Amino acid sequence: MRTIVSVIGKDSVGIISKVSSICNDCNANIVDITQSVLQDMFVMVMLTEIKDINCSFAEFSDKMVDLGKKENLDIRVMHEDIFNSMHRI
Amino acid sequence: MININDIMETINMISEENLDIRTVTMGISLLDCADSDAKKACDKIYDKICRKAGKLVETGEAIASEYGIPIINKRISVTPISMVAAASGADPVLYAKALQRAADSTGVNFIGGYSALVHKGFSAGDEALIRSIPEALSVTNNICSSVNIGSTKAGINMDAVKLMGQIVRETAEITADRDCIGCAKLVVFCNAVEDNPFMAGAFHGVGEPDSVIHVGVSGPGVVQAALKKCPNGDLGELAEIIKRTAFKITRMGQLVGSEASKRLDVPFGIVDLSLAPTPAVGDSVAHILEEMGLETCGTHGTTAALAMLNDAVKKGGVMASSYVGGLSGAFIPVSEDAGMIAAAKSGDLELSKLEAMTAVCSVGLDMIAIPGETSAEVISAIIADEAAIGMVNSKTTAVRVIPAIGKKAGETLEFGGLLGSGPIMKVNLTKSPKKFIDRAGRIPAPLQSLKN
Repeated sequence: MRTIVSVIGKDSVGIISKVSSICNDCNANIVDITQSVLQDMFVMVMLTEIKDINCSFAEFSDKMVDLGKKENLDIRVMHEDIFNSMHRI
Repeated sequence: MININDIMETINMISEENLDIRTVTMGISLLDCADSDAKKACDKIYDKICRKAGKLVETGEAIASEYGIPIINKRISVTPISMVAAASGADPVLYAKALQRAADSTGVNFIGGYSALVHKGFSAGDEALIRSIPEALSVTNNICSSVNIGSTKAGINMDAVKLMGQIVRETAEITADRDCIGCAKLVVFCNAVEDNPFMAGAFHGVGEPDSVIHVGVSGPGVVQAALKKCPNGDLGELAEIIKRTAFKITRMGQLVGSEASKRLDVPFGIVDLSLAPTPAVGDSVAHILEEMGLETCGTHGTTAALAMLNDAVKKGGVMASSYVGGLSGAFIPVSEDAGMIAAAKSGDLELSKLEAMTAVCSVGLDMIAIPGETSAEVISAIIADEAAIGMVNSKTTAVRVIPAIGKKAGETLEFGGLLGSGPIMKVNLTKSPKKFIDRAGRIPAPLQSLKN
């Protein structure tokens, strides 16, 4: 399955590196990545393929959420389909 | 990849605007659990519910975590117990206790279906079940009860209406030490639907499959936030915004419902297109009406605004889901909606206005605390009025009022959680409908042509 990892917060050095290193640790493949500044907030969105991850989805998600707490960022891991179903007919 | 703004919109709806899936409800038929031995029947009920819904809560939580959308309630609806209990003729409370055990084992929030359908008359088991409702609701915590007393095709069973006035009062009295909470779990319907996922009125109709998954969505906060971005648009533009928002909300429900159905290997039933408020700030249907331009919910214009809102929600939602059903419409439960609570407290929202509002939306006089001195016949008359609106307009209406034993208009009942807090509203107690209610009998079914 493919998930969207979203990162929202104040811009700082090394955010992408930290998020992608978790992907690397868990063997999640980064398919696409995009970033932008919306309403003064740094927003980074990463599409990841997690069918071959070496841990459970919950563990992968928890690692991201924990990183978010540590770095004072809002990091979420959500199934790609929630966005597809809401925004595409 | 999906547009970053779309991703942000979805995340914002969930984190800031209280978008959630209100309930994933599994309907389970208990017709095959009927037995002339009540104990055997109760064991069969417990076993079947645990077998079918054992993984409901776990699956709901897994979906919520993977998709990042909160699923607030996991619930079960069952075949009206009056039908199952009739085979034994034993005390129906035994069945309520079996349901409670099943609720405890499966970990669901509520089981609905301690119900009887008596819109034309009582069959074996119906009256016994209705008379047992006060006790059943006082000895259980997670069981919900409903009684259907009228329909457009059958008319209104006024014998049942009279009885339900007494039952609602007794239920309040027997749970008076717990803010009359029993009445929050008891609803009296006209034109009850068989696939409703929402409590307290959910039951699993006899025309439904053996088991089925229904989903109820929510999202008043999302609609309000969308309308806020259009402060000067005309009402046609507002209707468009509501439709677009309802579409997005409903797509979530459709996705979660089909995923739950796949994982549990249970057929997918319906998405209930509802705007279900909670007492949380930013999750109120009344605040949507106020965003549309009313100074307060309850003032003149409220019925028109609500009619438009309700219709636009349905129009937007219908295309987003393959199967739509249940109650589908904006809910107006007073104690569960921050804006309604405020309007009722300030006196701007009165019972008569609420009654008019129920003619154009889902579902009826819902979660309304009334003075403790309200007599059984006045409650029956409130039920009859509301049922008449449903019967004549071919829509579902319901009454869930809570007589606040020992309290007067202006005071408050505190239920806590999603049930909120109910300001006790004024009821006309000076003139009595006693003679009308005591006549009993049946109001004949209404004419369905010559519609002027």
